[in-house]
Amino acid sequence: MQKRVVFNNRLLPYALLAPQILVTAVFFFWPAGQAIYQSAFIPDPFGLKSQFVGFGNFEFLFSDPYYLASFQTTAVFSAAVTLLSMGAALWLAVMADRIIKGSGAYRTLLIWPYAVAPAIAGVLWLFMFNPNVGLVAWYLNAIGYDWNHVLNDGEAMGLVVVASAWRQISYNFLFFLAGLQAIPRSVIEAAAIDGASFWKRFWTIVFPLLSPTTFFLLVVNIVYAFFETFGVIHTITGGGPQQATTILVYKVYADGFVGQDLGSSAAQSVVLLVVVGLLTVVQFRYVERKVHY
Amino acid sequence: MAQIAFSNLRKSYGKTEVIHGVDTHINDGELIVIVGPSGCGKSTLLRMVAGLETVTSGEIRIDGRVVNDLEPRERDIAMVFQNYALYPHMSVFDNMAYGLKIAKVPQAEIRERVAVAAKMLELEPFLERKPRQLSGGQRQRVAMGRAIVRKPAVFLFDEPLSNLDAKLRVQMRVEIKTLQRRLGVTSLYVTHDQVEAMTLADRIIVMNGGVAEQIGTPLAVYEKPATTFVGGFIGSPPMNFLSVERLQGSGLAASFGEAAPTLAKTVGVRPEHLSFCGEGQAAWSGELVIVEALGAETLAHVRLDDGEVIIVRLDGGRTAPVGESRVHVTCEADKLHFFGTDEKRID
Repeated sequence: MQKRVVFNNRLLPYALLAPQILVTAVFFFWPAGQAIYQSAFIPDPFGLKSQFVGFGNFEFLFSDPYYLASFQTTAVFSAAVTLLSMGAALWLAVMADRIIKGSGAYRTLLIWPYAVAPAIAGVLWLFMFNPNVGLVAWYLNAIGYDWNHVLNDGEAMGLVVVASAWRQISYNFLFFLAGLQAIPRSVIEAAAIDGASFWKRFWTIVFPLLSPTTFFLLVVNIVYAFFETFGVIHTITGGGPQQATTILVYKVYADGFVGQDLGSSAAQSVVLLVVVGLLTVVQFRYVERKVHY
Repeated sequence: MAQIAFSNLRKSYGKTEVIHGVDTHINDGELIVIVGPSGCGKSTLLRMVAGLETVTSGEIRIDGRVVNDLEPRERDIAMVFQNYALYPHMSVFDNMAYGLKIAKVPQAEIRERVAVAAKMLELEPFLERKPRQLSGGQRQRVAMGRAIVRKPAVFLFDEPLSNLDAKLRVQMRVEIKTLQRRLGVTSLYVTHDQVEAMTLADRIIVMNGGVAEQIGTPLAVYEKPATTFVGGFIGSPPMNFLSVERLQGSGLAASFGEAAPTLAKTVGVRPEHLSFCGEGQAAWSGELVIVEALGAETLAHVRLDDGEVIIVRLDGGRTAPVGESRVHVTCEADKLHFFGTDEKRID
């Protein structure tokens, strides 16, 4: 028996691949190529013509304190979102795994937030925490805490982190729960008989056996925090106050589409591309080694 | 080392009772095999002793201490699972040392105890390997090693050999028996394989439908089955069952007359106690359906006149009367087992 499919017609395989290649080309290669091309030019203030500057945009970027600050913001933001969403999801999954009665209802409820679009999730949180009309802000005020994320850096960051993580918890929860249920019961029972308490079992048996899931989610969550949180940040803080929540991808938008500095924006896109590429390589090279498949 | 006692032990899932009151006492160092068909409650019973299932009512005592509400780790037991349940991310050494590390046994002693167990089980070359790099038999040994190093009061075995191939199963069976004898640890062993039960056990508990139908030494269970179920389950090929009326109508009723209690409904007879005979002495007559020559023994299937099929076991090499399709079967009167309408033995 032949394991590989063999096509008699030479063109058919190409035809079958074409849709995917076309989509990738139009939505990835073309924009990426455009970004690299444009990153070498500075357009004039009216956008009528542009001037070739080589690596000028990059030189300017890396001497710009705002851009360097954005790196730090991104690092803090993505680390916080990843930790919070994975930690909370793992905790919920462990709890849901123990429940016998009504586990279906819990699971469904915990998965719901994932169906909420990022911008809507952002607005939900914004309404709750709005310093003027927000319910939670009002209660905080009532107990003597003066909540104002429009003015306070830390509060703004906290709010976008929580709102971003909240949505991702559902996704992580699903994977963690599936991972937990894939661990043979008898292995856990054997550990119980060997004398391990619940938390001891969790840290020495369950968590190591979950590591493939955890690693996969780590990669997915960091990518999520880098790119897909745009909607949340845009609706809640718009990158403010004072760029305190301007992560790299938001700065690409702010400088390019709001500030109309397309050359710098393109250069930032290229930097972002390289950063994410590096991150992924690092993750697979160094973190994966500690994963037990 | 410990004694185990069950008193009126019951287990229900919701309204369904699956174990209907088991009473028994297990002596120090005994190897007890719980045997029965799937779904008879034997694994549930074992898991109740382990503390993995709750006890609905009744008591389990280990060395006089009621353990009903104790966590598995407080019961001083070790268990070998059907699928071995090894920790896949740990080496063989760490698998065996896990329980000791948790019990905070000093490092040096852990190394020593694991080394002793590894030597006993011939696992020394594999200590650094992961479970997935071992064969089925080796994994089985690691699972036993993990139980041994902790020096528990009781070993629990949950069908430990059922994932192994036939040849390895026989070999491991002998090893388990030898090991248990050597360590003298009280053991409960669950299996659905009656050969395993007969060869391993000091005493057998035959379970059926959540009830312990008979508890006794392998030979006692074999020679004096308490119920028709036990007679049919223990022994291969199984005991033949016929109605007493057929015996009385056999024309030889006179010679069995004394042995046949009046209340009996069923008569059981083991295939090896049947033999072919001339028409004059026949207890039953019928047609020879098939002959299975297994080498050491030969099994003849005979369809009696009213359609029932019985098995006659002959010594190897001997074949049943060939060419003669009509055969006559007899048996010594004291080899018959009588069972009443409630399926229970009548002596």
